Amino acid sequence: MKTLFDKIWDAHVVSSVENGPTQLYIDRHFCHEVTSPQAFNGLRERGLKVFRPEKTTMTADHNTPTIDQDQPVKDPVSRHQLDTFAKNATDFNMPLYYPLGHQKNGVVHIIGPENGFTQPGMTIVCGDSHTSTHGAFGAIAFGIGTSEVEMVLATQCVLQTRPKTMQITFNGKLGKGVTAKDLALYMISKLTTGGATGYFVEYAGEAIRNMSMEERMTVCNLSIEMGARGGMIAPDETTFSYVKGREFAPKGEDWEKQLAYWKTLKTDEGATFDKEFVFEASDIQPMITYGTNPGMGMGITDSIPNLDDVDEAGRISFINSLKYMGLEPGKKLEGKEIDYVFLGSCTNGRIEDFRVFANYVKGKKKADHVTAWLVPGSWMVEKQIKEEGLFDILTEAGFSLRQPGCSACLAMNDDKVPAGKYAVSTSNRNFEGRQGPGARTILAGPLVAAAAAITGKITDPRN
Amino acid sequence: MEKFITLTSTVVPLPIENVDTDQIIPARFLKATDKLGFGNNLFADWRYNKDGSTKSDFVLNNTLYKGEILVAGKNFGSGSSREHAAWAIAGYGFKVVVSSFFADIFSNNALNNGVLTVVVTPDFLSEIFTNVNADPKTSLTVDLLNQSITNNKTGRLEKFEINPYKKECLLNGLDDIDYLLSKKAQIEQYEKAR
Repeated sequence: MKTLFDKIWDAHVVSSVENGPTQLYIDRHFCHEVTSPQAFNGLRERGLKVFRPEKTTMTADHNTPTIDQDQPVKDPVSRHQLDTFAKNATDFNMPLYYPLGHQKNGVVHIIGPENGFTQPGMTIVCGDSHTSTHGAFGAIAFGIGTSEVEMVLATQCVLQTRPKTMQITFNGKLGKGVTAKDLALYMISKLTTGGATGYFVEYAGEAIRNMSMEERMTVCNLSIEMGARGGMIAPDETTFSYVKGREFAPKGEDWEKQLAYWKTLKTDEGATFDKEFVFEASDIQPMITYGTNPGMGMGITDSIPNLDDVDEAGRISFINSLKYMGLEPGKKLEGKEIDYVFLGSCTNGRIEDFRVFANYVKGKKKADHVTAWLVPGSWMVEKQIKEEGLFDILTEAGFSLRQPGCSACLAMNDDKVPAGKYAVSTSNRNFEGRQGPGARTILAGPLVAAAAAITGKITDPRN
Repeated sequence: MEKFITLTSTVVPLPIENVDTDQIIPARFLKATDKLGFGNNLFADWRYNKDGSTKSDFVLNNTLYKGEILVAGKNFGSGSSREHAAWAIAGYGFKVVVSSFFADIFSNNALNNGVLTVVVTPDFLSEIFTNVNADPKTSLTVDLLNQSITNNKTGRLEKFEINPYKKECLLNGLDDIDYLLSKKAQIEQYEKAR
């Protein structure tokens, strides 16, 4: 009896180091401009080629502007990084290279699934912690460092210690106005940012089964925010119909063969996990964060904890965190005025997130004092926004679209929230300075972000 | 990679929990294409004012605290997978980071760059903070061969865990790529057998 994780892991073991890690074969490697240049340099220093170039997909996303992408990048240091990325693609004969402006360009964890690179049963890595996103397809997907990027480029393998397994079950249905992002923020607030460190999580239960692929990706994406090595969901008809027909998905006979295998990818009855948690979906309300890590979240109508509620070792960090945020213990956030709204990132930059946002703002007007950055996760998402008529709805409500990229999620480009300003952000991290030095991030789902953009305040979208 | 066997040093205390990689090295410093110079921007937003002057209340700017060992609160290195965080720690001159809990990817990245992460009990950790606060000359001895860490102020010793393979790598200054390259034939065999 095996868990889903065990089945995929065991199928990818090339060898095991005695008393040491496992040599794991990698089916798909995603690569971006920020965490790869030193890895390609390493290959040059050792005189190595890329071992399996067709198994690496390259896209520029982290350090790219979200306006005027057809113009040369203004910042010379960023431009150099992008030029280096291009040179590495050329020098090492990489066939799947999607630079700025390419129709397949976009946030790495969005273009992977969209183009059918991401498939059930795979092992997937990328020099980015949110690689956990791809676990939504029933894959073992996890973030790696640059040394490991070099290992994958050189050998298509990494050395990994086998993580422990955890199952998190969500019984029942989510309430009206509660999104996958709220479910994830709720879970992280319960487990804390280190609560799943050392574990690989499988999500289960009715609330997960009812989710679309986009929603599942949002949940798996945030696995890393509770320290998990990754998160995964057993593939089902929802998964198969999403993958079918995508450009790099198997076709014809190959599809039938793969599909038969994919259908075996579920945890056997009676298989056990090292740790299990069960939550009731109906307990979850729209969530927001009040602090400087994703575990510091609460229901939108709740109050920030009091100092007494925090254990002693964590109090300095708690006080520093609220001081940074300009907030006080015990207070509510609902009704608080905000300055910026960011819709986008590998967490919430997919077509469904734009549908949710557009549906809410339809026929309403953006609050004058709010700066809203709506950044599609890819050109494909952008195209869909226009085809589905969402663009017109957004425009009428006073919003505009930027060009694809990671943007204000990590603010490597010019999309920085000014010091002291409050941003309701659909991204994944509210760390100090994450959205710009001194920026104050309130993480939320696309629906809470839409409500905040309209009222200019933290607003319960159910009202 | 440099070998690591044993080290005795005074410490730099950072009694903050959940120090994430965005604090260790903010994203705007990730534009470089080599591994050099990150040490200058280690903890940049805590260490420098906007105009580039140093913040006197941050521990790296306090001349009382020096050493090759960083001691930090629990869940150090959470967040992004950026190896730049490990390069920044190593670049600044730290050879060991001590905490009661580390984020996975950070720990991997540190070890891949010859920086040893030592997990101690919460009690041992809080004692170090107390001792260093009272006497900044308090030193620790980290002995990788025996997998022990000693608080030289009190003489208290704790054993720590490390994967035996990683231990060998550090003791001999070897890295994973050397190992994987030696397995090329097996990799090709695996591919054929699928």
